[in-house]
Amino acid sequence: MALTDATDTGQNIPVQKPKRLFKNLASKIAAIPMVFTALVIFVGGTVWTIVYSFTSSGLLPRLKWVGLDQYERLWNSRKWLVSIENLAIYGICSLILTLVIGFTLAALLDRKVRGEGALRTIFLYPFALSFIVTGLIWQWILNPELGLQSVMRGIGWESFAFDPLNNSKLVMFGLLIAGLWQGTGLIMCIMLAGLRGIDEDIWKAARVDGIGTVKTYIRVIIPMMRPVFVTSLVLIGSGIVKLYDLVVAQTSGGPGLSSQVPAMYVMTSMFGGQNLGQGFAASTMMLVSVVIILVPWAILEFGGKKRG
Amino acid sequence: MANSDTMAAPAALAAGPRGPKPKRRMSRGNIMVYGTLLVFALYYALPLYVMIVTSLKGMPEIRLGNIFAPPMEVTFEPWVKAWSQACTGINCDGLSRGFSNSVRILIPSVIISVAVASVNGYALSMWKFKGSEVFFAILMIGAFIPYQIMLYPIVILLREAGLYGSLTGLVLVHVVFGMPINTLLFRNYFASIPEELFKAARVDGAGFWAIFFKIMLPMSLPIFVVSLIIQVTGIWNDFLFGASFTGPDLYPMTVQLNNIVNSVQGVKEYNVNMAATLLTGLVPLTIYFVSGKLFVRGIAAGAVKG
Repeated sequence: MALTDATDTGQNIPVQKPKRLFKNLASKIAAIPMVFTALVIFVGGTVWTIVYSFTSSGLLPRLKWVGLDQYERLWNSRKWLVSIENLAIYGICSLILTLVIGFTLAALLDRKVRGEGALRTIFLYPFALSFIVTGLIWQWILNPELGLQSVMRGIGWESFAFDPLNNSKLVMFGLLIAGLWQGTGLIMCIMLAGLRGIDEDIWKAARVDGIGTVKTYIRVIIPMMRPVFVTSLVLIGSGIVKLYDLVVAQTSGGPGLSSQVPAMYVMTSMFGGQNLGQGFAASTMMLVSVVIILVPWAILEFGGKKRG
Repeated sequence: MANSDTMAAPAALAAGPRGPKPKRRMSRGNIMVYGTLLVFALYYALPLYVMIVTSLKGMPEIRLGNIFAPPMEVTFEPWVKAWSQACTGINCDGLSRGFSNSVRILIPSVIISVAVASVNGYALSMWKFKGSEVFFAILMIGAFIPYQIMLYPIVILLREAGLYGSLTGLVLVHVVFGMPINTLLFRNYFASIPEELFKAARVDGAGFWAIFFKIMLPMSLPIFVVSLIIQVTGIWNDFLFGASFTGPDLYPMTVQLNNIVNSVQGVKEYNVNMAATLLTGLVPLTIYFVSGKLFVRGIAAGAVKG
């Protein structure tokens, strides 16, 4: 690495300039796939979609400028508004519950319990499964005639009613149960790694001072684990925005529109509805939401380091 | 929590072990800890159990009602049917078609993406060039951008290249989207290798590829396994790309599974559906249970630093 840095000092001598392009040539050739991916697909693709979101593209993309028309249509569409509302409900609940469950499980496992390995395996295995598999399993368990509801009624609790997948008010919570099942294991794992990184002496000091276990967690341990929480937050947040496969498998967006999500809106208008402009505008809005999540994090993480 | 036990320990030791062996008492705190863990363990474990049990029952037994009851009569017919006869609405040859498609997608995608990512990581950590960090940063940001925004431009690119709707096209897409996380993984790993090793090889006249193949590759087997695990599970579980870039004949297993279970035609056969779901989940589950700690390391490496 120092080898390449050395060439930079010769920057001012013009004679050396043509040589610099060929310096380290093998590395540059090897990096062509990466440069292509970064520039053409990631930057190029994103910019392309944003530009075309200001056009009247329908069946095929075409550069007929219509300004903000697509966005106006988007925000006037009931389907989109429902999607946003659904995602907000799912997102807030998922964020809070994933953090709480993930941390609780990690803290409990960190109490030197027996069978930690087995428990960790059980908590994490759903993460290996796809959202499609997850959605289909829970669709079956939440089946009103044959699933959980009928079992509870069968053992004597006649009035037991839990049929979220066919109830437009509860359907997002039906998805939430499945989403948490799949995703909390990962956060638990990250939290556990964070907890293991905390010095034993902290615990000893807290014990000497007579601070209770729960209080130590809340007052001392959690503030110390700020970076772990921030990472988890970013992971959960960017996962929520992408929510799509789970809905497709578990509810297909129904009943009615009641479990539509933004990613689904994008996919149906782009590949199903032949309404490209709407798809482009909606996916640009998805990007905006990710930027809103990521920018504060980037400032916290990288801006803070430079100052400190 | 174990406080009271450990406090009493020195006194007991001094007196020597006498009397009957003390019973391990569960303190109230312990009951809370184990109780909570048990409840959660049930929440995580039951769906897998339900899935297995359902797939081994006949439909009459399922209609009788208890999804948690073990099968009275074990039958493997649902598995056979899911594999070779289940209908998607377009064709009725079961999941086997999706399985073979998935394998044909998986093998080249994994090999190419791991190869590309390892070379990327190597170039980024040992042969930095002007702008290499910028490309890396873009790559990492790309991992967080919702894929939907890049889907249509990729459709156009693939169409121009004559690859839209083919397995080759989908393989390329997987290589592209697997690049950020795996490049990061390899870059961090190679950065931890002592610089002296690299310098010594340079002095001996070894170039870019010689150092990569003769020194770095043999040293980095564990990270290759981790990357392999990430890619195999990730690509196998993909739905979005498979559904967007291939047609009905080439659908990967996840897409076909969804089409089988959610197809509206005919009577719902829950046992066949669950057998199909299990079959699809079998590959990542096997990897998970076999690889154990490496799997955890893989996701932790990807997650914590990503």
